[in-house]
Amino acid sequence: MMFKPLVLGLALAAVLAVTPVLAETPQEKGRTIAEEADRRDLGWRDSESQLKMVLRNSQGETSTRELRLQSLEVSLKGYGDKSLTVFDRPRDIEGTAFLSHTKITEPDDQWLYLPAVKRVKRISSVNKSGSFVGSEFSYEDLVSNEVDRYAYTYLMDEPCGALECFVVERIPVYENSGYTRQVVWVDKQEYRIMKVNYYDRKNALLKTLTLSGYRRYLDKYWRAHTLQMENVQTGKSTLLEFSDYVFQSGISDSLFTPQRLKRVR
Amino acid sequence: MRLFARLFAAVIVLLDAAGAMAGELDLSAVVAGEVRAFPHAPAFADQDDATLSPSLIFEPEAVWESESSADRFTFQPFFHADADDSNRTHADIRIANWLHRGDDWDLIAGIGKVFWGVTESRHLVDIVNQTDLVENIDGEDKLGQPMINLNRHTAIGTIGLFVLPGFRERTFPDARARLRGPLSVDSDLATYDASAGRGHVDFAARWGTNFGDWDVGLSHFYGTSREPRLIRTTKADGGVVLAPHYDLIQQTGLDLQNTTDALLSKLEVVTRTGHGDRFVAYVAGIEYTLYQIFDGDSDLGLLAEHQYDGRDESNAPATLNNNDLFVGARWTLNDTQDTSLLAGAVVDLEVGTQLFSIEAERRIGDRMKLELEGRFSANVASDDPAAGLRDDDSVTLRLSVYF
Repeated sequence: MMFKPLVLGLALAAVLAVTPVLAETPQEKGRTIAEEADRRDLGWRDSESQLKMVLRNSQGETSTRELRLQSLEVSLKGYGDKSLTVFDRPRDIEGTAFLSHTKITEPDDQWLYLPAVKRVKRISSVNKSGSFVGSEFSYEDLVSNEVDRYAYTYLMDEPCGALECFVVERIPVYENSGYTRQVVWVDKQEYRIMKVNYYDRKNALLKTLTLSGYRRYLDKYWRAHTLQMENVQTGKSTLLEFSDYVFQSGISDSLFTPQRLKRVR
Repeated sequence: MRLFARLFAAVIVLLDAAGAMAGELDLSAVVAGEVRAFPHAPAFADQDDATLSPSLIFEPEAVWESESSADRFTFQPFFHADADDSNRTHADIRIANWLHRGDDWDLIAGIGKVFWGVTESRHLVDIVNQTDLVENIDGEDKLGQPMINLNRHTAIGTIGLFVLPGFRERTFPDARARLRGPLSVDSDLATYDASAGRGHVDFAARWGTNFGDWDVGLSHFYGTSREPRLIRTTKADGGVVLAPHYDLIQQTGLDLQNTTDALLSKLEVVTRTGHGDRFVAYVAGIEYTLYQIFDGDSDLGLLAEHQYDGRDESNAPATLNNNDLFVGARWTLNDTQDTSLLAGAVVDLEVGTQLFSIEAERRIGDRMKLELEGRFSANVASDDPAAGLRDDDSVTLRLSVYF
C-alpha cells in the first residue's frame, strides 16, 4: 500500500546517458537504466502528498476515494521504503490507516488500523496481486520499485509522445506477483516512467498505466501527478491524482511504527 | 446526565475557542437506523414479545487539530434510542480527550478508548474499557473510559502507562428486554470490593513491540474488574434479580502474533487474581487467507481458535468460553463497495452448546453502509450460562448514513 513507491518507483530507471561502452548485453543495459533512475531519485528523505482515486467500472460509473500519504526513504540493504496511508473518504472508512515496511525480496511488514474499534492488526502481505481497495491498482503496483525487485531486459528505443524513451522489460523476482512481465517506457532525458504495460500470468496484456503531469521537487525529484490505469480485459479503469507534495519536512522514523499507528489521523 | 450536559457545554466552548485559533476543525456524524428481529417467542413470561425492535443511533464527532499536529482535541458523544429496551436507550461520551504528540512520546488526557489484543473470537487481554453490552452481545462495543495515558516510544517498543479514574458499570438489558437471561440485572444494586466504589482509581501498563514476523504485547491491570459477578438477590418487594458485584483484580496479559505468509498465528493469555484462586485463560488460534479465490478478486479467510478459561465460577463471573472451539470464515469481496461477510460458530466442547453468528456489510453509494447481523443458538444445554438466551436468536439490519 505504498504509494510513494509508485511514484518513486515510477521515477525509476537509469543509465548514464553516457556513451554505452562496448558490447553491453540487453540485460545489462536494462538494469543500468533501472539503476540510473534509482540513483537520480536518491536522497528525498521523506515526502507527504494527497491522493484522489477515481474508480470507474465498465459502465462508466465512478466511485471516489481520498487518501493522505507519508513516505520515508530507507537505504538499508535488503529494505525498501516505509509508508503510511490514511483514508479520508469515503466517510465510512475515514481514519483507516495502512502502515507498510517494504523489503526487497522478503515479504513486506504491513499493519492496518481500524479506527472504529481502535485496533491495530498485523496483516499478511502475500496478497501482492490483489486489488487495492477495489481499484485497478494491485498492491504490487503501489509498492516501492526497488531495483532488485526485477530482472531487466532492454528492448529498444522508441518515441513516447514528444519525448524519446527506453523500452525495458522487467520480470518480478519477488514472490506472489500476478505478472509474468512488465514493459516500461522510460524517458531518456530524465529517466521518468511514462508508461507501463502489465502482462498477466498467462502472459496476456492485462493493464496499461500512463503517467503524466510530472513536476520536479527540490530541483531534483520528479513526481507524476496523474496516473491512469486501464484494465484492457475488463474495461475498468482507475485514475490517481496526486497533489500537495511536500518533501523533507523532517517526518520522524518513529511515526512509522505500529504502536503509533493508533495516533494517526 | 447533568454531568453529561455540563461536559457537552464545556466542549462546545473549547471548540469555539479552537475554531478561532489556527488549526483544523473537522465535524462529522453518523446516523443509523436499526431493526432487530426476534423470530422466536421469549422464553420468560415477563419479557416483551415484540418481534421487531427498531432503534435510532446518533454519533457526532468534532476533532480539532493544531497546525503543527502536536495537539488534538476529540469529542465524540453517542446517543441511542431503542423502542423496547429502556436500558438500551442511553447516552455515553465515547471520546472527549486531548492528545499531545511529542517526538518519542504522547499523552492522552480525558475520556478515550483503548484496544489490546490479537484474537477474533474473544478479547481476553483487552481490559481498559467497559463493555457496552446493550449495544451488542458480542462485547465489541465499549463505553468511554476516563484516563490519563502516557506513552513512551523507544527502540525496544512502546511503554504505555494508564491512570484510570472513574469506573464505568457494564450496561445490561432492562427487566422486560430480550437477551437478558432468566433473571434481569439490576444495576442499582451494584456493589464493589473497593471501599471507594466507582471512585477507585485503577492502573494499567503495557509494553508493545514488533520484531521480524512477531508482534508482542505484555500488559498488567490493577483495579476494579470490568466483568461483574452476578449475584442472585431478593428485593424488598419479593422480586428476584441479579446484583452485579465488581471485585478488585490483578490481571497480567500477553498477546502474541506471528505473521508468516498467509498464516497468522495468534495467542492471548491472561492470569488473574481477585476472582477466587489465581487462574489462567487463553485464546489460541490461526487465521489463514486464501487470496483471489476462483481467479476473482475476493479473498477467503479461515479462522479457528480454541478458548480455555480456568476460573472457578463459584468465586468468579460465569463465562461461556471455558473450553470452546471457534471456527469461522471471512469472505472479503474487494469490490468498490467493500462488501464482506463473516460467519462463525462457537462450540462448547464440554456441553455441546453451539452459537452461530453471521455478519455482512456493504457500502451503498458514498455515504451509506448497510450491515446485517444474525445470531443463533442450537443444542443449548440447560445448565449452560447461555441457556437463558436460547430463544433469543436475532437478526439485526442497520443502515448508517455518514455526514
